[in-house]
Amino acid sequence: MSEHEFQTGAAAATEAPISAEHARYLRKLKREKAAVRLTQILVLVLLFVLWEVLADARIIDPFITSQPSRVLDTIKTLYAEGVLFKHIGITCLETVIGFLLGTVLGVLIAVALWWSQFFSQVSEPYLVVLNSLPKIALGPVFIVWIGAGPVAIIVMTLAISLIVTILEVLNGFVNTDPDKIKLVRSFGGTKCQVLTKVLLPASFPNIINALKVNVGLSWVGVIVGEFLVSKAGLGYLIVYGGQVFKLDLVMTSVVILAVAATLMYQGVVYFEQWVLKRSRFI
Amino acid sequence: MQIAVEVCNVSMTYQTPEGEIHALKDVDFTVNDGEFICIVGPSGCGKSTLLSLISGLLKPTGGAIYIYGDRITGPSRKAGYMLQKDHLFEWRTILQNVLLGVEIQRAVTPQVKEKAIRFLETYGLYEFRDKYPSQLSGGMRQRAALIRTLMTDPEILLLDEAFSALDYQTRLAVTDDIYAIIKKENKTAILVTHDISEAISMADRVIVLSHRPGVIKKIYNISLTCHKRSPLSSREAPEFRFYFQEIWKELDIHV
Ligand SMILES: Nc1ncnc2c1ncn2[C@@H]1O[C@H](COP(=O)(O)OP(=O)(O)O)[C@@H](O)[C@H]1O
Ligand SMILES: [Mg+2]
Repeated sequence: MSEHEFQTGAAAATEAPISAEHARYLRKLKREKAAVRLTQILVLVLLFVLWEVLADARIIDPFITSQPSRVLDTIKTLYAEGVLFKHIGITCLETVIGFLLGTVLGVLIAVALWWSQFFSQVSEPYLVVLNSLPKIALGPVFIVWIGAGPVAIIVMTLAISLIVTILEVLNGFVNTDPDKIKLVRSFGGTKCQVLTKVLLPASFPNIINALKVNVGLSWVGVIVGEFLVSKAGLGYLIVYGGQVFKLDLVMTSVVILAVAATLMYQGVVYFEQWVLKRSRFI
Repeated sequence: MQIAVEVCNVSMTYQTPEGEIHALKDVDFTVNDGEFICIVGPSGCGKSTLLSLISGLLKPTGGAIYIYGDRITGPSRKAGYMLQKDHLFEWRTILQNVLLGVEIQRAVTPQVKEKAIRFLETYGLYEFRDKYPSQLSGGMRQRAALIRTLMTDPEILLLDEAFSALDYQTRLAVTDDIYAIIKKENKTAILVTHDISEAISMADRVIVLSHRPGVIKKIYNISLTCHKRSPLSSREAPEFRFYFQEIWKELDIHV
């Protein structure tokens, strides 16, 4: 390849006039992406149609499996009774509070553990035990201590997501290049500056990771909490529906739950992008 | 000639659960104002330890260190560090990176910012001031790292294998570049390296350390006949090979 050809080739990759070949490649890429998305939607639609048709033909028993039209009816009824948004709202609020508390407290405790070698060594076996303990086992304890209500549910959520957050953030701190810390110290930086100038920004990916894991865990915590406390919320609807054999109600709640959980996860993804853009991370 | 750094009979012993590690023993030398000193020695002989001691990040277990007559007792701002990697923070722009040191010292003023801009202009990084480190070449990154250090007005520069993370070609060019800046800014510098050629190409004097515990085996005054001294032109000097062989023998490298 001559130098001239090489240069035009390089320019094509970065500047406006693209070669026919590259345009073809881009078109192919787009087509493939569209095909994947289309198939995804198709699968979903097919699933719901199949569910509906099979139930209508009584091949599956709609009393046990429910069916999409019944789910819609249930949503309408709940809405008409004026309780739809109450249940959704309560569950979402509990989840968001538990999620935020878990994240903030988790980061703070991780900082404290990093700050004090002694504290960190003392707490190590406790963290190991708490991490492996199925936190759900503590549910009844919280209810007895705190009382059956939203607070117990939030504490349940905290119990599930807190330890994971602490460990993940601490992991980010520990894996920060010690020379970066040495650099800050060589400028006369204090421990506090090491934290704010290096550790926290360097652990940003870990913190976001913890957030993403926590979204899932918070929902687990809230639903389990609502199972146990059973007063209101989507978890309550599921338990109640199961007890009185109203599978329509159960399925409806599950569908709403799936949508809400996805939205919250997307929220975290947008938050990540927003922070990246604002501080113009690369 | 004024003495910039005095290292007086410095010893350093690390305490570990497995036992004591004698890193340095009775190291004694002085560095003159404006001098470029290179310290070579096998890996693990205490070179990084020596620089940490001079910077005050570590306290010697024996002896004392003075910078322009002041005894070093704790982390001091008299010494500016350059480490093996440039350690520019990916989440800061080049200008923000360059201001890191002064920001930590809470000394950012409009004048200081102007000074940073002037540095960036002088050393060809002005157009990159709002770019992120990943958008710069290895050489430009190392230059930005040096400016970050110079911004805090250190009296001496400590370079800990500052070029060894770069590939060979880049390293020759960057070494030349950084050397020129250090000379232009009239800074006293101590570079530790395990690369004999690099040491001879930059140093006024080369200090050879032994295996652990590091003791000074020999100090070489490097005088090269070359027209205008730079790390690259030094390598062309007729005496270069002679020094190389001498230091090689002194280091007593076995494989
Ligand atoms: N914080 C420390 N605790 C215990 N031993 C250390 C510590 N830092 C360095 N050492 C030991 O001291 C010796 C010298 O280390 P260093 O100064 O990093 O050597 P060099 O930079 O010449 O490779 C090595 O054997 C190393 O293992
Ligand atoms: Mg070293």
